[in-house]
Amino acid sequence: MSDIGIELDYIMGRYNYWLFCILMMTGLYITVSRGNLIKKIVGLNIFQTAVFMLYISMGKVIGGTAPILTEVPETIYSNPLPHVLILTAIVVGIATTAVALALVVRIRESYGTIEEDEILELEHDMDFGSGAAQGDPVA
Amino acid sequence: MMALIEANLPALQVVLPLIAAPICAILGRGGRSWAFACIVILATFAISVALFAQTYAGTIISYRMGGWEIPLGIEYRVDRLNAFVLLIISGSATLVLPYARRIVAAEIPAERQPLFYTAFLLCIAGLLGITITGDAFNIFVFLEISSLATYALVASGSWVNKRALTAAYNYLIMGTVGATFFVIGVGMLYMITGTLNLADLAVRIADHGDSSTLRMGFVFILIGIGLKLAMFPLHLWLPNAYAYAPSAVTAFLAATATKAAVYVMLRFMFTVFGFDYEFQADTLRMVVLPLAVIAMFAASIVAIFQDNLKRMLAYSSIAQIGYILLGLTFLTETGLTASIVHLFNHAVTKAALFMVAGCFILSAGTCSISKLGGIGRDMPWTTAAFVAGGFSLIGLPLTVGFISKWYLVLAALELGWWPVALMIMASSLLAVIYVWRVVEVAYLQPAPEGTVRKEAPLSMLIPTWIFVGLSIWFGVNAMLTSTAAGRAASALFDSSHILWKE
Repeated sequence: MSDIGIELDYIMGRYNYWLFCILMMTGLYITVSRGNLIKKIVGLNIFQTAVFMLYISMGKVIGGTAPILTEVPETIYSNPLPHVLILTAIVVGIATTAVALALVVRIRESYGTIEEDEILELEHDMDFGSGAAQGDPVA
Repeated sequence: MMALIEANLPALQVVLPLIAAPICAILGRGGRSWAFACIVILATFAISVALFAQTYAGTIISYRMGGWEIPLGIEYRVDRLNAFVLLIISGSATLVLPYARRIVAAEIPAERQPLFYTAFLLCIAGLLGITITGDAFNIFVFLEISSLATYALVASGSWVNKRALTAAYNYLIMGTVGATFFVIGVGMLYMITGTLNLADLAVRIADHGDSSTLRMGFVFILIGIGLKLAMFPLHLWLPNAYAYAPSAVTAFLAATATKAAVYVMLRFMFTVFGFDYEFQADTLRMVVLPLAVIAMFAASIVAIFQDNLKRMLAYSSIAQIGYILLGLTFLTETGLTASIVHLFNHAVTKAALFMVAGCFILSAGTCSISKLGGIGRDMPWTTAAFVAGGFSLIGLPLTVGFISKWYLVLAALELGWWPVALMIMASSLLAVIYVWRVVEVAYLQPAPEGTVRKEAPLSMLIPTWIFVGLSIWFGVNAMLTSTAAGRAASALFDSSHILWKE
């Protein structure tokens, strides 16, 4: 019985890592498997959020409060550094999402679709189809 | 005033292009923003030269951002290795910008050009930041600054070919996954050490010893940076991004973006984790070495079958990155010297070749190899530059390519790995084939009917020939680069002699 108890402790004691793993894998899977360009970005966002959670949960000190100065000298604070790092990472994530969405808008304007397989078909036509000769000057 | 500037050189190196970027955006159309960007880049290059001169003797410049104590604050740390890489990045930018004027005017509408130069400056600021900073999280931030600018730059090729958009999108997805993997790795290191300063990390990791968290951190960083530098199976974003980006961007990216990522790899592997980290040595030899060798062959073979000249050169870049990674995996000083020398040599060679491709596009309107028949007669100087660059890619004597391969083979033989040495030479033969295809079409085949092609303008020819000239100059007088690279390698080597505790 005690063995099982330790196992349970092992799993429950690290629940933040399990959540991180599940969320990260979900995000990565969506990014890889979905053909819709917007859904890929959603997957990417979930993936990044998982990493934010990893960082923030690692800054937790047991018994510690939010890192805001109190008058009591013996207060235990959680580690604020990971929070600050993630603030930066969130900004980076937003910038990335913005650029990605802007690209999707442009792709929709020039291809008329945001489904990856339809885009690939169009590109295949550009390479080997009848339009290839006059189509584009670079390819 | 001078003393103030001199004391803050490391910060100015990054801050100057970063602040100049928004100013560039409001300067208005074409000419003015371009001239402004040129002046800024020249100043940036001058700073790099000054930093290189200051560190050449072996002094390490440690700069505290905002005056915070190290390791609490962000440190900018310049030693021989990153001074060398800074020189490569700002030097390439200095040569690519004058070249960019004409080709950008042809490829990008006038009202977008100021924004183009803004993104260009931001990209340079990011790349310089990656190289100069001594803080792991700061590397991530600059990595993303340069990457976001790069996505925009690649996408700006869409005025010529809409496939630039999908290329940029794919690059964005893979680049972001790579950067996020890198952050996870840094997080793991932070978990066990509680610090983000690279020099401090090295000491604390050595104290901490091996653990599964450290291993996971190492693997995440390896894969994250591997994505950014197009390590063989993670290279899928590169061919399209290079092929459809505007020509000036391709020339600049080929010379610098992957090089900065290789630098991060070097820094983490040898300064932070250290040469004698067993798990790293095993991974490098069992995983990275075979991948590097496969890259040398597979990418070269794919390059042979490409019709688009820029795509062919892009695949050749993946093969060349294979050589750089191969040098790392030897884990010897000679191998490291080979890698660092090749970092410079490949930057010079590939920039020249992509610039030639840009000249072809400007004059002939295409860089499809099958349509370049007889171009050697119409554009003798441009084509001659391609031949010279091609020789360097193959690794013929008297070019820089020969020097890198010489060191690589030397390093392989030092370890007694003669099969690897043989493979280095065999893969060079593949380069002969793809370079020859272009040379044959350009000189021996008749021009397609009704084509009018003029020699490229001097503003493009001169930068191209400066790169070609460098690749020959440093091929003949190899002492300067190999000494610089050798010193950088030995500095890395010395810095990582921290004995591991069991």
